Amino acid sequence: MIAELGHFALALALVLALAQALLPLIGAHVRDARMMASAAPLALGQCLALIASFFCLMYSYAINDTTVLNVVQNSHSLKPMLYKITGTWGNHEGSLLLWVNILGLCGAAVSGFGRELPTALRARVLGVLGLISVGFLLFTIKTSNPFDRMWPPPPDGQGLNPILQDIGLAMHPPLLYLGYVGYAVTFAFAIAALIEGRVDAAWGRWVRPWSLAAWSFLTLGIALGSWWAYYELGWGGYWFWDPVENASLLPWLIGTALLHSAIVVEKRDALKTWTILLAIIAFAMSLLGTFLVRSGVLNSVHSFANDPERGLFILALLMVYVVGALLLFAFRASAMIPTGIFAPVSREGAIVLNNLLVCSITAVVFVGTLWPMFADALFGMKVSVGPPFFNSASFPLVVPLLIAMAAGPLMPWKRAQLANVVMRLWWCAVIAFAAFFAALLLSGQHVMPAVGFAFAAWVIGAAVADIADRTAAFRTNWRNAWNRARGLPRAAWGAAIAHAGIGITAAGIAGMGLAQERMVALAPGESTTLAGYEWRLEGVRDVQGPNWTARRATITLLRDGAEVRVMEPSRRFFPIARQNTTEVAIHTNLIADLYAVIGEEEAGTGKAVIRLHYNFLAPWIWIGAAIMALGGALSLADRRIRVSAPNRAAARMVPAE
Amino acid sequence: MTPSTRRLLLMAPFAAAAAGGVAFYAALDRQRRGVYNPRGVPSALIGQHAPDFTLPALEESGVEGFGAADLRSGAGPLLVNFWASWCVPCIIEHPQLMRLSRDGVPVFGIAYKDKPADSLQFIRRHGNPFRRLAKDEPGRVAIDWGLYGVPETYLLDRQGIIRWRYAGPITDEVLAQDLRPLLQRYA
Repeated sequence: MIAELGHFALALALVLALAQALLPLIGAHVRDARMMASAAPLALGQCLALIASFFCLMYSYAINDTTVLNVVQNSHSLKPMLYKITGTWGNHEGSLLLWVNILGLCGAAVSGFGRELPTALRARVLGVLGLISVGFLLFTIKTSNPFDRMWPPPPDGQGLNPILQDIGLAMHPPLLYLGYVGYAVTFAFAIAALIEGRVDAAWGRWVRPWSLAAWSFLTLGIALGSWWAYYELGWGGYWFWDPVENASLLPWLIGTALLHSAIVVEKRDALKTWTILLAIIAFAMSLLGTFLVRSGVLNSVHSFANDPERGLFILALLMVYVVGALLLFAFRASAMIPTGIFAPVSREGAIVLNNLLVCSITAVVFVGTLWPMFADALFGMKVSVGPPFFNSASFPLVVPLLIAMAAGPLMPWKRAQLANVVMRLWWCAVIAFAAFFAALLLSGQHVMPAVGFAFAAWVIGAAVADIADRTAAFRTNWRNAWNRARGLPRAAWGAAIAHAGIGITAAGIAGMGLAQERMVALAPGESTTLAGYEWRLEGVRDVQGPNWTARRATITLLRDGAEVRVMEPSRRFFPIARQNTTEVAIHTNLIADLYAVIGEEEAGTGKAVIRLHYNFLAPWIWIGAAIMALGGALSLADRRIRVSAPNRAAARMVPAE
Repeated sequence: MTPSTRRLLLMAPFAAAAAGGVAFYAALDRQRRGVYNPRGVPSALIGQHAPDFTLPALEESGVEGFGAADLRSGAGPLLVNFWASWCVPCIIEHPQLMRLSRDGVPVFGIAYKDKPADSLQFIRRHGNPFRRLAKDEPGRVAIDWGLYGVPETYLLDRQGIIRWRYAGPITDEVLAQDLRPLLQRYA
């Protein structure tokens, strides 16, 4: 009954989405106010229907309803309740339902927060969102219905992949999808602008919060995925250049470019065609990620369903939306003539450089990810592209990007003097060189990590210089500077904080280059030393969990003879899934992660193989990402974009900063 | 920029996306017809002897290296597994290899484009399922085998003829549905 209700709600959402796609778009075309006004309530209705449908599926999981095929395939009565619920979106069908749910939420958010938008623009944006929703709801209902029944019901479910029973992984898809789907909104704004044939400063201002929100969520989503790989795979690595990881990086990179170029549209009325193109490509990359993960054309651990029929359907959707949008772009974009002109050395110039570099990195990742597939499928060539390619090809692009991102915020709009920038940044360069030589000396001549530290110092220093410059901290007294700091727009704080976050992540990555590890076989009572700590194995014992049994080691961590912490890594065995997982024990002091894993035990001697890592600055990788997202959120809270979007005439008068 | 160049430039993204779409369609279509499978890539080598090679052992691993001649020794059916320590799917696959090795199936490993120290650490960490373990650090032998990526596994019968190839991690399902029946058939 509940499953039928969910299925019905899904069908209802499809009908509402269809209405939401047609009425406002036609209404905006014929200038019918009532048809345009239908957009908001239809978006809200669609959102409610989708939420109802989602809760029906969640309920089926919670009560372990084995008459629902999706539950049988992906759940089990012995799973803890938390993972039954998060299991709702841990599979192809459920995650697709989550995807359309978030799209519905985005539509509701546009109708809720977008009251200040011109009626026709809002109607068109919601109409385009409705169109996207129609496609994906059709896909869900036609090929991936999560509510299919199974009769007779089996005694219990089969799905109990223990690797997926983890809270970090459970939160990873929702955050990632908030990012992916958020780019549907910027895409809809781009299409609406193309239909209207007009992009101006006000448009830039309206798009910015959506691109900021999508970017922040995507940043968190990617970071969470990487963190999960770090602690769950028990390997100490944090990024593997896996095709699916790359697929999430592509929209993030394009989204980063979009974030910056939209500011130029807003402030300078330039880069308009380019920004529209980026908005389309950002969503195209999100859809591409969906296609790659679900069609099985790529060889990856993360893939969901290897069903070419589904792949064909998503490819058709991808083609309709992206190729359709680009066709519209080809015919309509020529009408968008920029009014702002600027010199190469200027804030806009720096943002153009940022865009070029970021897009080049995107191209590297794109080619590296897809080339093996194309080469094999089309020409029968076998090539394999591994981390060495990605690292060596992106490094020469990241270096100038890090150099330029420090200088950009310090440049004025229109025209800047390089000498002025150098005057403000020279001390950052001094600090960067100091960091380089200090790291070289202290790390025992590891050059690459030292280079990384130098750039991290440079970027963080420049973020400080930016704020210091805006608050005149070095030119006036502290009280005055404090007042100026409070008066700074939050967007300025947001930008500086997000840039500093990049620096912190860079430091974390550089620090991981200095990670130490040791494998030893220890008998209970024996100890070993690593990175100035003494690690003493107390013993290994059996532990019984709700749906697993484990061998758990107790390791006492000592520093100068004093106990710091007891660590308990374990090896779990899940009898129903017949799978093992390693549960890493991590002790962090924010400067380094102390990371312990228990391996095989030697039967005769009673010794256990223990692997210990000292991951210098590892937590900074994810702290940096969180700081980036925080910067995005702070920028989002800026009064200028939060209060209301002013009308177009007023927006034009806002002077450049 | 003249208006016509500008127009042409604006058409470029559309053309690129359309071309990309056609290429994706071709890939999917070949996948549906079974010509292309990113995991079970039908190798040109199926039904043939393994290409000629000799590879040195991975030092300190405690097992010998091997060459094409060792694959024809009649020990089979045996598996040749290409892997690397930098490859995540290899970690997922590893317990299945360990299980196969415990069941007495000879698994011959080739560490592909991997630093010997890293390979060594990998098997010390996760256990060594390999009866023979060779290193192909420059990746040259892998080219002759037509390696798609790592992990990749080949099944050879008693005569040393390649019977099956699988690109991707040997999961529980692959082990139960494909590999076990094949091992029985060629036993």
